[in-house]
Amino acid sequence: MNNTEALSTTGKGTGISTHAQVRRVIICAGTGCMANGAMKVYEQFKREIAGSGLRVILELRAEAAGDEIRLSKSGCQGFCQMGPLVSVVPDGILYTKVRSEDVADIVQQTLAGGQVVERLLYKDPSTRKSCRGLEDNPFYALQNRLVLSECGFLDPEDIHEYMLHGGYRAARKAFVEMSPEEICKTITDSGLRGRGGGGFPTGRKWDAARVQNSAKKYIICNGDEGDPGAFMNRSVMEGNPHSVIEGMMIAARAIGANEMLVYVRAEYPLAVERMRNAVADAEREGILGKDVFGTGLAVKCEVMEGAGAFVCGEETAMIASIEGQRGMPRPKPPFPAQSGLWGKPTIINNVETLAHVSRILNVGSEVFKSIGTKDSPGTKTFALTGHVANTGLVEVPFGTPLREIVYNIGGGVTDDAGKIWKNGFKAVQIGGPSGGCLTEDHLDLPLAYESLRSVGAMVGSGGLVAMNQGTCMVSIARFFMEFTQRESCGKCVLCREGTRQLLALLDDVIEGRADAGTLDLLEKLGHSVQIGSLCGLGKTAPNPVLSTMRYFRKEYEEHVFEKRCRTGRCKALLSPEINQVKCKGCGLCIKACPTGAITGEKKQPHHINPELCIKCGACATACKIHAVEGI
Amino acid sequence: MATTPIAVDGAGRFEKVVSILDRYARRPSGLIPILQAIQHEYLYLPEEVLTYVATSLDIPPARVFGVATFYAHFALEPKGKHVIRICDGTACHVKQSLPVLNALREKLGTTEKSKTTPDMLFTVETVACLGACGLAPVIVIDEQVYGQITPDRAVALVDEIKAMEASPATVTASEQPSGEECHE
Repeated sequence: MNNTEALSTTGKGTGISTHAQVRRVIICAGTGCMANGAMKVYEQFKREIAGSGLRVILELRAEAAGDEIRLSKSGCQGFCQMGPLVSVVPDGILYTKVRSEDVADIVQQTLAGGQVVERLLYKDPSTRKSCRGLEDNPFYALQNRLVLSECGFLDPEDIHEYMLHGGYRAARKAFVEMSPEEICKTITDSGLRGRGGGGFPTGRKWDAARVQNSAKKYIICNGDEGDPGAFMNRSVMEGNPHSVIEGMMIAARAIGANEMLVYVRAEYPLAVERMRNAVADAEREGILGKDVFGTGLAVKCEVMEGAGAFVCGEETAMIASIEGQRGMPRPKPPFPAQSGLWGKPTIINNVETLAHVSRILNVGSEVFKSIGTKDSPGTKTFALTGHVANTGLVEVPFGTPLREIVYNIGGGVTDDAGKIWKNGFKAVQIGGPSGGCLTEDHLDLPLAYESLRSVGAMVGSGGLVAMNQGTCMVSIARFFMEFTQRESCGKCVLCREGTRQLLALLDDVIEGRADAGTLDLLEKLGHSVQIGSLCGLGKTAPNPVLSTMRYFRKEYEEHVFEKRCRTGRCKALLSPEINQVKCKGCGLCIKACPTGAITGEKKQPHHINPELCIKCGACATACKIHAVEGI
Repeated sequence: MATTPIAVDGAGRFEKVVSILDRYARRPSGLIPILQAIQHEYLYLPEEVLTYVATSLDIPPARVFGVATFYAHFALEPKGKHVIRICDGTACHVKQSLPVLNALREKLGTTEKSKTTPDMLFTVETVACLGACGLAPVIVIDEQVYGQITPDRAVALVDEIKAMEASPATVTASEQPSGEECHE
């Protein structure tokens, strides 16, 4: 199919309307569902449908008659925990945890019989109600999916499908109808801000590169999503790679760049593969290449895999990495928009930022601005994980309170076994190793760039990790500090040595060596590292420590002064004892103890020798009557 | 049993490096993709190959080693036949990934310093985040992702692989389709 033809017909209705009627079975093929066997389910569907006499098509083409069933894979639908997910549209049914054994029932009862297979529906853990599809499933119904909407619907490996649903129309408009100034102005007017963490206005950034007088300029897509606990960018690259490429093309047109590069984190093999395929398809269709939309302008795109360095998410470090160097940041200014890759003006945008761009051009900046808050317009995708009933990808307008996300969309806080724990909420860590924690007091805080900054946290890339009462906040701070310490590139002394010392101080707290001076020192050093580091990694590295100290000071003090961890997670502070009244002398703990620290006569209360005890907790696990206490 | 991949034996080995270097037009800017391709081939970066790369690209060996040691993905020592990666991202961490790591280390006798078993069959390492947080805790064995893993299940998976390795007939049949094994 000629791409220009496809583009001119889409949007006028001809393409979309015929295809909207096609009944579809969509199997989620994101990383999570694939791990749970989504491909087996897909293959089983092919076999079952073929055997059932129903007509099935695997690729969407203009000549579709209308009575076929389209079987397709989609990108991540965001409800990873319940995968593999299978949806049937337009019936509006979402099946969860589908195994290949279930496929026959879906084909016979739903596709042929028009019935719902009740046992595969999602059950809301708080209300115990079965949810038929997206509309009555609180996880989806309460979201406002813009960037993610097509992730769970389009086949990420089929460029025609993207085009038939209006894809590359905005890029065409940008190249054919708009001037670079107009594009920058539209984006500036929309108020779009960088989704990668900083929140810098995208339009202004582009403008800075646009006015540079240079024959060579670059667009880089930052897909180096390094924050542990965040996977928004992975899902978009896997689920709708063309939206990212289209956003990059519009950016390229806006600043006058002819080379684009996608820098993807190497831990995301599926995202790398899908981005590479998407680039190849766009080239084959003539969308990327020497003569874009007949304008005579050339744009090419490459995909590069990162090599595993968190700091490369920082713009200047990423540029160094692309140039084949150690990924170490350099001072700004000059900003990359003035002098970036190979000394040329370069714009680096986050995946999610770019995925918003084509929509803004399609619907206009006013419509985009109508969602979200005044200073933070639009929606933001969060990766909701940790101790909540529904984990997954969540897209909500800026300004949505945390309570809505944790309790309504997330379904509430759970214990370690995954059961709902009423009043179990302790904190939410937002923004990964650069962010901070939010407590119960912040549950009604609207999530937006400024409001979060005012309480010592940040939007960051959007990781939201919910933690229950059983989580030790000092250990969490240590976890993040260990991460940033390991990832510090070593350029700035305060970051390199300071994070190491902060980690050592936290170890002192956790292992019972801390005294009154430790907490002061932690705070002082934390502030010094913030001031004395060049890039975002060092500047924000102490945030998790400072923010947990601010909101959970009491917990720190218990560790320091009482040598006690209220959650029992800090092993060194434990002193297990056998309750002499409860103990029946059954001997189970003696058998379980790996170091022979427990002694006692049969039917007599046993004792733990603290010299030999390694505080592993095996005795407590073995004891059936919970007589081992303090662990 | 499994043989240690030998870095360079004979001219035949360098041919692959040469073809990789040619693919990237011997430009120093392509150093990272070049090293990635070499590691894909040898499963690690042998020292001799690194110096060869430096000479070919006409850059100091210190720069090649500097890059190779900077990035977490590059391994300067050979890895085991089966690589087990335990995700220790935030989500996995709060959902108890450490007990899984400890169970695997105990089972295989590896430590933080020595990640590979002496028989070169297993390497146990941690990774910051695999982006499969919805399935936390997660481990990856030879590119296959296992979600909501427990220490017991992880150990059972290792036992399965060991059993498979012990009966050579089944190895080829049930091998994952991921990266080719050493093809000499």
